[in-house]
Amino acid sequence: MIHIVPKGQIFEDTSSGVICCQGSWTLSHVSNLKQMIEAWNWPASTEILLDCSQLVALDTTGAWLLHRVRKKAALVGSRVMMQDLRPGFVALLGIVEASARDAEVRPQARLGLLEHLGRRFAGHTKQAALMLAFVGEAALAALRLIRQPSRLRIRPLLHNIQSAGFEALPIVGLLSFLMGVVVSYQGAEQLARYGASIFVADLVGLSMLREMSPLLTAIIVAGRSGSAFTAQIGTMKVTEEVDAMRTIGIAPMDFLVLPKLMALIIAVPLLTVYADILGVVGGMVMAKTQLGINFEDFADRLDDAVSLSSYIVGLGKALVFAVIVGIVGCFQGFQVGGSADSVGRQTTISVVQAIFLVIVMDAVFSIIFSWLKI
Amino acid sequence: MSRSIVCPAPVPGAPLLEVHAIRQSYGRQEVVKGLSFSLAQGSIGCLLGPSGCGKTTVLRGVAGFEPVSSGEIILNGASVSRPGFMLPPEQRRIGMVFQDYALFPHLSVADNVAFGLHGMSRQGCVQRVAELLEVVGLPDSGRKFPHELSGGQQQRVALARALAPCPALLLLDEPFSSLDVELRERLGQEVREILKQQNTTALIVTHDQHEAFAIADEIGVMYQGVLQQWDSAYNLYHRPASRFVADFIGEGVLIPGTALNGERVETELGLLKGKIPEECYSQRMVEVLLRPDDIVHDDASPMQAEVVHKAFRGADILYTLLLSSGQKVLSLVPSHHNHAYGEKIGIRLEADHVVVFPQAAAENL
Repeated sequence: MIHIVPKGQIFEDTSSGVICCQGSWTLSHVSNLKQMIEAWNWPASTEILLDCSQLVALDTTGAWLLHRVRKKAALVGSRVMMQDLRPGFVALLGIVEASARDAEVRPQARLGLLEHLGRRFAGHTKQAALMLAFVGEAALAALRLIRQPSRLRIRPLLHNIQSAGFEALPIVGLLSFLMGVVVSYQGAEQLARYGASIFVADLVGLSMLREMSPLLTAIIVAGRSGSAFTAQIGTMKVTEEVDAMRTIGIAPMDFLVLPKLMALIIAVPLLTVYADILGVVGGMVMAKTQLGINFEDFADRLDDAVSLSSYIVGLGKALVFAVIVGIVGCFQGFQVGGSADSVGRQTTISVVQAIFLVIVMDAVFSIIFSWLKI
Repeated sequence: MSRSIVCPAPVPGAPLLEVHAIRQSYGRQEVVKGLSFSLAQGSIGCLLGPSGCGKTTVLRGVAGFEPVSSGEIILNGASVSRPGFMLPPEQRRIGMVFQDYALFPHLSVADNVAFGLHGMSRQGCVQRVAELLEVVGLPDSGRKFPHELSGGQQQRVALARALAPCPALLLLDEPFSSLDVELRERLGQEVREILKQQNTTALIVTHDQHEAFAIADEIGVMYQGVLQQWDSAYNLYHRPASRFVADFIGEGVLIPGTALNGERVETELGLLKGKIPEECYSQRMVEVLLRPDDIVHDDASPMQAEVVHKAFRGADILYTLLLSSGQKVLSLVPSHHNHAYGEKIGIRLEADHVVVFPQAAAENL
């Protein structure tokens, strides 16, 4: 048997002047009814009579609508009487009205510029303090490791050296070669104008060894490995593996952080040396094609131009950058909390922050070196 | 540092874990409000309560993941948590089993179990792993990876991993919630046997009372950060200390009654005898807890009640009965007494003790 349920509607009986609620006031008719009620021109009397004798179906949605009609009318000071509402519907309406509570909707307070600035500043200060604490913890763990070298986890260390160092060789090599080409090309034109073409070796050698190679390597490692550290530690935090590890009696510092940090400290300077070589080779190739400088002459000049100290400065920087990338990557991993989307967010933050700090540190180095005249 | 395979012999009877009036907060909200209990060596305790009652926070406090803002936690005679101090989890000699297993996915089952056995000889390690996999009933799964195992098997591996370094205390955080219901109770009993066999002290947290009854010796019912009662399952059911415990554990109804003196209380179903606390009989009007097994079916009884609902449970049927006064009561009747809806059946009160609460108490229910 098929019930044909009449559509829910509300209308005014023109002959008697009574407002009728008819049909089924249920979820499927709610949008129609809502429109009708909103478009309805409510009489401005103190008492409105609703004839509900033809109301055949009512669910909580319909009862809610009736409740809204009542509330709306109350706002303009009129009372709504429901006539001939079935007893079951009265009960339902009672339940809906009893559980309907007015939630105060407060407009979202807009932060003033100053407050916004203050909150951001406080947030960053807290982050910085946390990171400093992390650096301290890592340093203590490293000291313990020096006292007890047997605590060293060889397998994770080797694994990290392979993934952060060895597997980065192609991309670091290619990019530093291209960087050498670019530097050489930019310099060649200027130097040729003064007839000082051979000084392109000074330009390429110094800029690659002192600045470009360490910076380029650190940025690539931050993107490849720093982010991977964050993602790995973060995922382990979400799945409670970090907690599990700690309850088994293994400090995450020893197992997760130190091997990664040591791997970068070993791998990044080595990668930098490799980047130095390929960068210079790139410069040589460009110098030959653009300026016609022989490889022998270039190498000769390079030997005179680049002192050992420049080379060491570059390696020292690479070491510091390695520590920055490693610390930021691991720290942001431990900042992951709650859900999986937090892993993605912290990974992004990790890369941006690592690159930011590396470049700031590079600038600080430049200032210090210009003071010390190195 | 090398560890022996033989776990240190425990001192029987001495309290292994003591929790003294701890308070814990998340931000400004206090979630644990002065909670105390102690756990004897070798016993299995359980914190039971609805979600959000603070039970997991207590467990994480005992593990050393969350600080306490007041009170103290003493493990094995040493203070491990107090305001301003928290011994890190890795130094507490505990084991923990998590709801979602938290196995290391890239390590084989054997490597997972061996994870905490650093500093042990290779042979000792292999031996201990084999021993534990045998204990948890997975002797041949050492080479498999966690994703190749079912949920129940993964949780067994997690248990083996937690037990491997011989923890002084094992913590279980809703360990069976991710498993299906049937497996839950069976694994609960198995875990109990394993823990008893290893003489491990354990604290388990759950919201499922059947799980708690299956595994624990002592159960603490928690509600809104407060321990309502710390007792055996029998006492929680038959001698609940508060309305909340009466309502949360098992089924039953509260019917009004009149306390005649310190030993007798009159209800519409008849007279009940038992000890009635003073604050109840001084007030005369009380509420009496009636469990389904306190009301028995008796055709000869003059008292009649109408069947308004019934739930078939195999051996028994749980009837909801309507008394002439309009009061509803529950009765557990052997299932061959199959009555229809609307039928009037004879009932008799048969309670060997009585649980009463003051009427209209201010307690939240």
